[in-house]
Amino acid sequence: MINLSEVIETNKMILEENLDVRTITMGVSLLDCTDASLSRTCENVSAKLKRLAGRLVKTGDEIGREFGVPIVNKRIAVTPMSLVGAACCRRPSDFVRLAKTLDRAAKSLGVNFIGGYSAVVSKGMTPADELLIRSIPAAMAATERVCSSVNVGSTKTGLDMDAVRLMGEIVKETAERTKDRGSIGCAKLVVLCNAPDDNPFMAGAFHGVTEGDAVINVGVSGPGVVHAVLKECRGADFETLCETIKKTAFKITRVGQLVAQEASRRLGVPFGIIDLSLAPTPAVGDSVADILKEIGLEHPGAPGTTAALALLNDQVKKGGVMASSYVGGLSGAFIPVSEDQGMIDAVNAGALTIEKLEAMTCVCSVGLDMIAVPGDTSAASISGIIADEAAIGMVNQKTTAVRIIPVAGRRVGDNVNFGGLLGHAPVMKVSKFSCERMIARKGRIPAPIHSFRN
Amino acid sequence: MKKVIITVVGKDTVGILAKTCTYLAKANINILDISQTVVSGYFNMMMIVDGARCRKSFEDVAAELGELGLGMGLKIRCQKSEIFEKMHRV
Repeated sequence: MINLSEVIETNKMILEENLDVRTITMGVSLLDCTDASLSRTCENVSAKLKRLAGRLVKTGDEIGREFGVPIVNKRIAVTPMSLVGAACCRRPSDFVRLAKTLDRAAKSLGVNFIGGYSAVVSKGMTPADELLIRSIPAAMAATERVCSSVNVGSTKTGLDMDAVRLMGEIVKETAERTKDRGSIGCAKLVVLCNAPDDNPFMAGAFHGVTEGDAVINVGVSGPGVVHAVLKECRGADFETLCETIKKTAFKITRVGQLVAQEASRRLGVPFGIIDLSLAPTPAVGDSVADILKEIGLEHPGAPGTTAALALLNDQVKKGGVMASSYVGGLSGAFIPVSEDQGMIDAVNAGALTIEKLEAMTCVCSVGLDMIAVPGDTSAASISGIIADEAAIGMVNQKTTAVRIIPVAGRRVGDNVNFGGLLGHAPVMKVSKFSCERMIARKGRIPAPIHSFRN
Repeated sequence: MKKVIITVVGKDTVGILAKTCTYLAKANINILDISQTVVSGYFNMMMIVDGARCRKSFEDVAAELGELGLGMGLKIRCQKSEIFEKMHRV
């Protein structure tokens, strides 16, 4: 039987250390909504989302109340829209209509984000993929809740450098189109390499073609809980440190597993995966940076940061894997700058640079995340940053991503407020040296040698 | 409504247990186990209860107990037991 100290421990995690289930994300296939008529495709999309996700928010809230654990976000991920719109979209504005349909559906269903305004172009772009990509700036400006992602490479296919070049321009244009709101369009746009089909976290969530008709994926969180237990083992050896993180990750993940199974049962939609991630928020005490500091760094970015993060990421996985029957998605510690007060402090203190963040992304999920850079950063430089991250993902057989915001009219040292979960970010310095001649080259970077495993 | 864990946290005062138990009895909720501790004047109690024969919904019981707690300056929370079982038992 459960004892008092266990109950107190669980409730302390929830009430004082920000333990929550970060998201229940319902993946929905929209492949059966396609039609040669754009209007009919839009109607089919609205109808299917309403039919499958109509009770998502209510069910999520009920589960949260019954177990006494906050379920912060209820979200939807759909089939990459470049596939859904391929038969009926003839120009970028047609895709924008699809984006608006998704936005309306998200608002009427009460979900705060809907992901899947996406194209998977790891090896090349179809005309529809390119149309969707070119429509992203207008779509991000015209919608509130739609998230967009473009997968530009994978370990098996190499990098589509034409898409990388195009995405540099698209990121810049998206920033420009939403300049009156701190270029917030770019906060909803992520460029990935090795994107998983079952990621529940925005902005990179989409419902891949390897998935069934509908699925429930859950993202757990809890950096505050890990931070709190690590305070108890200051000065302890690495074995103790690792064991403590592992045990805590197990407990956090079990809550996610419970919530996922309940949501799946009540909604009549199969359970997909748990994403074992430490996802910070701007709230005090909900920071991955604080964990790194507790491990023994003055600030993230200090020498030793990559090793500390590698340790943290690995122990979270080791503890989490045993707690869940299926693990997937991104699964790792997130290191967004704007969404983590400790990371913001590190940037402001001069401890953390983009180059160090890039090194950190070699050992954790996911990539350069929510990083504000000067508005005059060139499209080629942004493409270069995307290419660097994608290369890390491609060679290390892991997911990497870039969510970078070249904030129109802002310079290094300025601060941009995105509001809510997206937080605020100091504008960071980008290398002033050019990569234009490299980015201007056409074609693909071939897949690395170790991808040939047959 | 099956097995539920009720936790009561707050400043110790007369009649906390009596009032909570009276409510549960009226709602036809059976108490399976109680443990409590007082740490530096703060009252921490946990009850494991069985609501199988209770006619009210979980949400109503949780809301009414929450209000009862507020009247005594306490926080009373109801949570289905699985969250604790999953977290602390392999």
